[in-house]
Amino acid sequence: MDVNTESWQHKDLLGIAQLSPWDIARIFETAVSMKEILNRPIKKLPTLRGKSVAMLFYEASTRTRVSFETAVKTLGADVGSFSVSTSSVNKGESLLDTAKTLDAMKFDLIVIRHTSSGASEFLAQNLRAGVINAGDGQHEHPTQALLDAFTLCEKFGVLGTKHLQEPAYPDRLLTGRKIVIVGDILHSRVARSNALCLQRLGAQVTFVGPPTLLPPEMACWNVGISHDLDAGLDGADAVMALRLQLERQKSGLFPSVREYAELYGLTLDRLRRSGREPLLLHPGPMNRGVEVDSELADSLYSVIEEQVTNGLAVRMALIYLMSAPL
Amino acid sequence: MDIGATKKQILNEDGIQRAIARIAHEIVEQNAGVADLVLVGIHRRGVPLAGRILAAVAEIEGVRVPMGVLDITYYRDDLSTISGNVLPVIRETAVRFPIDDKIVVLVDDVLYTGRTIRAALDALMDIGRPKKIQLAALVDRGHRELPIQADFVGRVLPTSCRETVSVCLREIDNRDEVVLSIET
Repeated sequence: MDVNTESWQHKDLLGIAQLSPWDIARIFETAVSMKEILNRPIKKLPTLRGKSVAMLFYEASTRTRVSFETAVKTLGADVGSFSVSTSSVNKGESLLDTAKTLDAMKFDLIVIRHTSSGASEFLAQNLRAGVINAGDGQHEHPTQALLDAFTLCEKFGVLGTKHLQEPAYPDRLLTGRKIVIVGDILHSRVARSNALCLQRLGAQVTFVGPPTLLPPEMACWNVGISHDLDAGLDGADAVMALRLQLERQKSGLFPSVREYAELYGLTLDRLRRSGREPLLLHPGPMNRGVEVDSELADSLYSVIEEQVTNGLAVRMALIYLMSAPL
Repeated sequence: MDIGATKKQILNEDGIQRAIARIAHEIVEQNAGVADLVLVGIHRRGVPLAGRILAAVAEIEGVRVPMGVLDITYYRDDLSTISGNVLPVIRETAVRFPIDDKIVVLVDDVLYTGRTIRAALDALMDIGRPKKIQLAALVDRGHRELPIQADFVGRVLPTSCRETVSVCLREIDNRDEVVLSIET
């Protein structure tokens, strides 16, 4: 094989679970070059001219959806957008029938977000088009994890074409780094995907949250666990706050939002005390004053806005890798 | 000539160095100096070549002009026809200076169909609006498929389509030579 080429094996992206460290490094390597394009005066490539990508969102989303759409358009492909509220789903059409219709319209890729875990895999098994999981129930949200890990690698200075051209060891990109994920781990596909992704790159992951919001099967996750935020933050290189879904309180999983903010809310003070001045990540949308203090969210610790920019670059990379050779 | 021979050296190390020196002189002469001049090397072997031209220009004029590097993969016209799930490796694009109103000299190793240069022109236009774009190539082997020509050429080499021109540069290949080979 030509040394100048490498293969991309995946028709679909359903979860981090299917990706090797080498796959992840390949996405990052491509994303670095996509980021350069985002900084140009003319942010438009002809690369995927003639390709088309459908957005099939069964759940509310602004950033993920706009990010995917912008990524598709920047690469020169066309985007078809469908949201449940304005589509035939309202008339009772099944997920498979809706998706098969899109398949018949010759979309090359279908990006799906759905409330049911496994929805994307179900489509992948039944469609010709490639499927990208943009969040399925409590299962995975792989592109979020990829953009988070990319942001960390970039901040820690382990990315760059030179670095990846002499393939180092992708499974050691984050070796020795301690990453803390705080909040409602139980219901979070972001936490699941992130734990898988960060561990694949060599990081040590710690979950922090009240016992009622941690998944019971955590023993097989190989992560650190703490119910005490300050203890969990000790020596952390980065901390990721998860959005607290306020309706969880009604189901009795924690007593009050105020108490939660007191015990598990991230503040400037807490980060300063933790030893290594960790980076703050948040997948958004943020509840200021609940999981993250407003002052901290706007401080120099925060890389939240960079996460959004990197999300665009990572999604461009993924769409390029998945649709260019089809 | 040996009947079994399928390879022929076209340029050796000295030949390459002389060609680069001449290209540098021609660039300086044609542009009456190096005012507004920038170099952009096309990955892969255009990059070290641009670096050498830059050094040669600096020797003549005493000025190191800005140099950028360009990966043209995203602008190729054959991406969708590459067979299998094989994709080119994307290398760095770094033009860290404004190219508006500059004279950009694009540098590549072999000028063949002209499609790479077409892609590079499109990429440059997305980065800025140069006053002029010129093209320097170490070897021009003919067989153009687009109306593109070089301004500065190291060696014009008539070839057949069955032949391959390989440029080896010590920065990448650990040796300097240009070889013409026939696929058998």
